[in-house]
Amino acid sequence: MNLMESSNKYIITFIIIMTVVAAVSLAGMREITLSASTKNEEIFSKRSVLLTVNDYLGKGLNVNDLSDDEVLKMFNEQVEQVVLNINGEIVPNLLAEKIDLSVEKKKAEADRLLPLFVFKNEKEKFYILSVRGSGLWDEIWGNIAVKSDLNTIAGVTFDHKGETPGLGAEIKDNPAFPGQFIGKQIFKDGEVAVLVRKGGSQDKTYEVDGISGATITCDGVTEMLQRGIAYYLPYLETIEN
Amino acid sequence: MAEILEKVKIEEKEPFFGPKEKKLLLDPLMDINPITVQILGVCSALAITSLVYPSIVMAISVTLVTAFSNLFTSLVREYIPKQVRMIVQLVIIATLVTIVELGLKALNFPIWKQLSVYIGLIITNCIVMGRLEAYAMANKPWRSFLDGIGNGLGYGAILVIVAIIREILGKGTLFAGSPVEIKIIGNNATYLIDTTTSTMFGWYANNNLMVLPAAALFIIGILIWIHRTINPKLVDIS
Repeated sequence: MNLMESSNKYIITFIIIMTVVAAVSLAGMREITLSASTKNEEIFSKRSVLLTVNDYLGKGLNVNDLSDDEVLKMFNEQVEQVVLNINGEIVPNLLAEKIDLSVEKKKAEADRLLPLFVFKNEKEKFYILSVRGSGLWDEIWGNIAVKSDLNTIAGVTFDHKGETPGLGAEIKDNPAFPGQFIGKQIFKDGEVAVLVRKGGSQDKTYEVDGISGATITCDGVTEMLQRGIAYYLPYLETIEN
Repeated sequence: MAEILEKVKIEEKEPFFGPKEKKLLLDPLMDINPITVQILGVCSALAITSLVYPSIVMAISVTLVTAFSNLFTSLVREYIPKQVRMIVQLVIIATLVTIVELGLKALNFPIWKQLSVYIGLIITNCIVMGRLEAYAMANKPWRSFLDGIGNGLGYGAILVIVAIIREILGKGTLFAGSPVEIKIIGNNATYLIDTTTSTMFGWYANNNLMVLPAAALFIIGILIWIHRTINPKLVDIS
């Protein structure tokens, strides 16, 4: 390497030019890929909504085997999107998929909006609630499908931003963890009672087993479920009556 | 003046793709393999090799990044101020990695989700920076580019070998998640060898250890052992 010591002026000029080139090429790439990746994200979140009612889609259907177009078609045909305010009243002219819970979390409690997806098959209606909370490192979130008795869980999906692979990330990566929630009851005397129990569930009606080595993530899931589902209580009470 | 002209002539005579170029491309696959000989880039090799398909995507991503960062660094190598050499290299690598990540997010979202942080971590993969420092800073663009491709492929080859072993033994499948998934051995009729009906393989069960990163460490260790047995010259290098 025959590099010479350079003057400060040269270094600064070089760095500025380099930064501009890097910034322009990154911005350009982002601009080119934006529409495709937004569409991918949209399909991904629709898939995760449908995955909560995977057992009720119809005979032999599995969300993971469906193509992107089939997911969009099913979502358009069978899912109704509702936006609620904190008092459980429907806010008209809004789409549930446009509601970002991480944005809502920062608002004052009274102004928050809640997304609700209603999935219908031939026999039954499912209410799919969205919740968001904190894990060990970063945010965790999930969807919970409630059967039309408004108490039994039909299925859940969880996702996370940065939990440890093999430990906290198991809430998403290991299908057995969300699988445990199927059939659990949510409410006990009007309170959210479903929870993740460290060391193994005791009351099988409401509790699921925690993951060893991921106590904080599991506590985060419990907190997220109990707080998140409680927001939907006013609405669930109105449809119950 | 005459001297310079002569030098130019000699350079022109060098073939576009001669034995030297071939060596640059093929040596990293065996004799100076980044993983088994130089023990670089092991972190991501342990983390993402539980399935073949993501490993192939990772191998392609790393190859693109090493090739183009080598190329761009080599192009500007005479203008890079000595004091900020490393920063310049890092900016080049980081820019390319981000471009690859954005591209992957648009082209194959599930794989992007699966590789998660490891795409971003290509930036810190020692192979990339190592090649910039060791080769691209002192060589011409075309050769640097080939060196980058060679090293990327050498890394990718080990990744894919480890992933094939881990996926077959751990999951009983090959290329799971891709359009050409092959189901090899498992407990229902969709697999080539059905353990519930096969008399020969009735005892077989997937080895869950293979799904964990620890298995990759063992396999890479065994590969290094085999590699040094075949080529005893390597033993002295370390």
